[in-house]
Order: sequence, then C-alpha cells, then structure tokens
Amino acid sequence: MLKIEGLTAEVDGKEILKGVDLEIPTGELHAIMGPNGSGKSTLSYVLAGREGYEVTGGSVTFNGRDLLAMEPEERAAAGLFLAFQYPVELPGVGNATFLRTALNAIRRARGESDLDAMQFLKLARQRLKELHMPEEMLKRGVNVGFSGGEKKRNEVLQMALLQPRFAVLDETDSGLDIDALRIVADGVNALRGPEFSALVITHYQRLLEYIVPDRVHVLMGGRIVRSGGPELAQELEASGYASVQAA
Amino acid sequence: MTAMPQRGAEGFLHRFEGLRPRLPGARLPWLEALRDGAAAAFRAQGFPTRRIEAWKYTDLRAVADAGFDEPLTILDDGLALPPAHGAARAVLVDGRFRPDLSSLADAGFTVEGLAPALPAQEGRLGALARPEQEPLTALNTMLFEDGLVITVPAGLAGGLLDILSLATESERPAAFHPRHLIRLEKGASLTLIESATGPAEARYLHNPVFEIEVEEGATLVHARLQQEGRHAFQLSTVYARVAAGGTYDNFTLNAGGRLVRNEIHVTLAGPKAACHMNGAQLLGQGQHADTTTFLEHAAPDCASRQTYKTVLAGKSRGVFQGKILVRRAAQRTDGYQMNQALLLSPDAEMDSKPQLEIYADDVKCSHGATVGELDAEQLFYLRTRGIPEVQARSMLVEAFLTEAVEGITDPIARGILETAIAGCWEGQTEKAA
Repeated sequence: MLKIEGLTAEVDGKEILKGVDLEIPTGELHAIMGPNGSGKSTLSYVLAGREGYEVTGGSVTFNGRDLLAMEPEERAAAGLFLAFQYPVELPGVGNATFLRTALNAIRRARGESDLDAMQFLKLARQRLKELHMPEEMLKRGVNVGFSGGEKKRNEVLQMALLQPRFAVLDETDSGLDIDALRIVADGVNALRGPEFSALVITHYQRLLEYIVPDRVHVLMGGRIVRSGGPELAQELEASGYASVQAA
Repeated sequence: MTAMPQRGAEGFLHRFEGLRPRLPGARLPWLEALRDGAAAAFRAQGFPTRRIEAWKYTDLRAVADAGFDEPLTILDDGLALPPAHGAARAVLVDGRFRPDLSSLADAGFTVEGLAPALPAQEGRLGALARPEQEPLTALNTMLFEDGLVITVPAGLAGGLLDILSLATESERPAAFHPRHLIRLEKGASLTLIESATGPAEARYLHNPVFEIEVEEGATLVHARLQQEGRHAFQLSTVYARVAAGGTYDNFTLNAGGRLVRNEIHVTLAGPKAACHMNGAQLLGQGQHADTTTFLEHAAPDCASRQTYKTVLAGKSRGVFQGKILVRRAAQRTDGYQMNQALLLSPDAEMDSKPQLEIYADDVKCSHGATVGELDAEQLFYLRTRGIPEVQARSMLVEAFLTEAVEGITDPIARGILETAIAGCWEGQTEKAA
C-alpha cells in the first residue's frame, strides 16, 4: 500500500527527515510515536503534499504510484487522507458545502456521479449519527468557533464521508477528553478492514488503547529508530523515549 | 460628415451651450437656474484631478480625453433584454426611460420618466445633490435628459422593482447622465435591484445621479449590479437622506467597466435612522474601481454598518475611501466600517483610506482595513480533501465576499446578489485560466 524509502526532507533549509524507511501493507494500521521535534508532523505534511516541505531524497510509493509526483488533490483522489493536527478554519465556507464539494470531487475522480444536496444530506446525517455528532455541525462555517474536540471530530467526519484507502492521523488525540477520544477511535475502527490502511501519529500511548495498531514505530531525529508490535507502545509509556535512544 | 467631438470639460460645456435651449425643462426658470449654476461650477472646477483629496486615487484623464457624443439610440431596434428579477421593471436605454420596454402595471406606486415629469419636480430635483461640491454631479445637472421618478406612498410595501440600464451605442463614444429621484414616504418600503450593462467593446460614459429620500420609518433596499461593458466608464453618485426610524441599505457590486466610481453620500437626519452600505468589487485585467462613501450621522441613536470587499486579479486597481462624520448632536451613534481586499495577482493594487471625524462625545465608532492574499494553509486544507486548486481558490474567494452580502436584510435581494457575484467570479476565473 504505502512504501517510504530513504525519505529526506527539509523545511526552511533545515533537514527534518533524515532517511525514513517505512512500509505499511494493505489492511494494516501502524502507529508512529516520537518526542516533539522528531519529524512526525513533517512526515504527515510531506505525505499530503504541503508546499514548503521540500523532499530532498528518497521515494514514496502509494499503490505502485509515485506519491511525491502528485498534487495534493490527486493524492486525495487516489485515496489518501490526512487528519490535521490543527484543522484549518474556513470562515464563510459552510461545513455542509465543504463536505459535499470534497465528496463530489473525490467521487468524480473515481468516475462516480455527483451526489445532489438531498442525497448528500442523507449520507451526512447517517455518518453524524454514527459519530455521535450533532447535525448542527453541518450548518456552521468549517471549523469556525469549533472547540478543539469538535475540530478533531470534524476531521473524523470528513474521513468517514470520503472513505479513504489510507489515512494519516496526525496527533488526532491531542486536546481530546476521554469521551471524544473514544468517538474518534470508533470512527477510525469503523473504517478498518482488509482494504484500509492507516498511519496513526501520536505522542502518547493513550490513543493506542482504543485503536490497537498492528505495528509501532519510533521516530527520533528524523529516522525510524525502532519498530515492534503494539507492546512497544506500552514499553515507551513506561520507560520514555530516552531508553530507546540508549538502546 | 460629423466633426470629432470636443474633449475634456470644454467639450461638455460646449455641448451644454449648444443643447441648452433644447434640453428637457428648458423653459422652467428654476431648472434653468439649476443648470446654469451647475455649468458655472463645472466651468470653475473642470474634471477633478488627483490633487483633490476626494480624487487622490482615481484619475479621470481617460474620461476627460475621450470626447463623447450624445447617444443616438435606434428606437425600433429589437433589443434583447436580460430576464427580469421580479414582475415590475423600469428600463432605461442610453439613460432614457423606455415605457415601451418597461412593465410597471403591477407596481402599485408611481414610476415615471423624469423628462415629462419635470414641471412637478421643483424643490425635489436638486434638494440633495451638490453640484457645487461634486463636479460629476455638476456635469449630470447640466446635461441630464431623463431618468426615473419613483414615489412610494406612505405605508405601502412596494415589493421589488427592477431597474435595467442598458447602453446600446457602439459606434462612437457616447455619454449619458440620467438623474433619478426616489422618495419613500412615511413607513413605505421598496427593494430596488438596479442592473447596468452595455456592449462589451463600447466606450461610453454612464454618469447617473440619485437623489433618495427615505422618510420616517421607511425602508429602502437599493442593490446595484454594475456590470457595464469592459471599456465603459461608470461614474455614479448617490445622495440619500434618511429620516427618523428609516433605513437605507445600499449594496453595490462593481464587476464591469474599465473605470468606475461609486460615490455614496448618506445623511442620517433623524433619530434611530439606520444605514447599511455594503459592496463587492471584483476586478480583473485593466479595471479600476473606486468606492467612496460619506456617511453623516446628524441625529442621535443612529446606526451605520459598512462592509466592503474587493477582489483583485490581473493588473487591476481598487480604491476604497470611507468617511464617517459624527455631528455634535449625534449622541449614541453606533458606527462600523470595514474594508478588506484580496490580491490574487502581484500586479494588483489596493488603496484604502478610512476616516472618522467625530464631534459628539458618547459614540461607538470603529473601522478597519485589511489587504491580503489567499491563505496558503486554507488552500492546502481544501486540496487535501480532493478539491482541485482552481475550485478551491474560487471557494475561498466566495467565502471572502460572503460577509459583504450577509449584511443585506432582504432575502430576495440577497439571493439575486449571490447569484450575480458567483456569475462574475466564474467569469473572472475562466478569463484567468
């Protein structure tokens, strides 16, 4: 599904990723853990194609295609989704309009027909219900005046509507209370299956109690320094990142 | 063989001297005095230059140098009229009212051409306009031939009235200067949707002046869709006076024309009068649009809101000048003014000059101005959701304009404006692509 080889990248002339190697097979959910400044968010932005994050070497292959050669919207159309650590506010853009435009753009890219307003509303209501979100969230401006938890849930709602094949969740757990965390985890778990893969980026082990990963990787200093099963997350929680560095 | 029309202020004055005995209302002494006074003012001032503070950012040399003729409208030409927004529509062709093209049977109030109604306009025509202050108003006063007189009687809900202003002259540069008199008597209401358009390649000057009286408790929504041809000049001046408890809402969309000035003077003359002035300017290659507002708070407990948004693409220039004057008597004034510009091209330029002049002490007045580009983070966010870049850009531009439209209280007018804006903006993106 996703294969990262020797990926190096810099931001403002500073090298952040220093040779990342990572392979996530179809149907698996992997977690990346690491201390602040280890390059976790940089990796997610590079995967999504953000300007200013300059790839200086290596490759990323997504279902056999060169991901780095694609525009952000092409990556989304190919099935990649990034849940932002800090979802962006769009004053003046209604959430319903935004969601429907995005869904129809992706449907078009897949060769499917547009959903009209009624069809969309029916689908959106269903997803909202599954995520225990109030319908009123559709009427507001995108993320405008949303609490931290509401913004994260709105990310999960987008994911539930767009049905990506590969999701990158960048610290989706930060700023969430335990109830919101469960809702977010339920949203991710609902998508899991043999055709869906994900990369969950997190600072804490807490989220991984609800979204149990197949593999856990530790990113430090711009490289994957250790990989293991879900038990690695608990080990990190107990002894911290310093022990990994020493190992 | 026709001689080339004379240029500049001299050209217009020369034409006034020639036409003077044949202009509508030429035998009305009060009107003759008004026209002569305006001509004297125009002779003294000429076209405003950028040395004059009110014209610091807008250069009228292109208008002065053009050399205009009177329009020769071909009467029996099968004119293609755009569809009307409502049942009642008044149509002006090259500045002249055309009852034959208008449909006013259902209006329920009086809409008439100014020229035949002139004898009854003594004291009303010229009550608000200031030819001695504004040279373009002087030019209009000198040369107007027609226009509309709209009177909504006390207590009547007038509904929606379309005004369509069509320019047809495409052979030679033509100038027309309609004068419109609008009065809403006590407690009356009316929504005016005024559309101005003309041939794409024609070079013409449309120089309308509005004198608007909103009496006690009356409400006028005045939406103006300026979609003149891309080589046209539109220089318009609106004077409005709002009595106690009355409301005047002005929304102007500036999308067409090569050089456009939208000058609005509003006086809140009685307690608890209100005014909303909103506008959107959508400018592309080679366009210049200037919105200049003067809002006078002359009575206590009045509220005013102004929100202007300008989107500039290609080599274009936008101007906003807005002055709020709060007189000593206007205690508890609530005034707000915001103007924001979005630059989509490195060749675009925006000049803005907000100004507050306050003589009362118990006043809440604020203003703000921003100039910026599309937010890269917002654009990226939309694209990561699969929305192609061009579409993402237009979504953000429409979102930027939303706030200006939200101020329109009349839902029908708001719908018409939203559609017009979306249409213009799509046109702009197609041109850019």
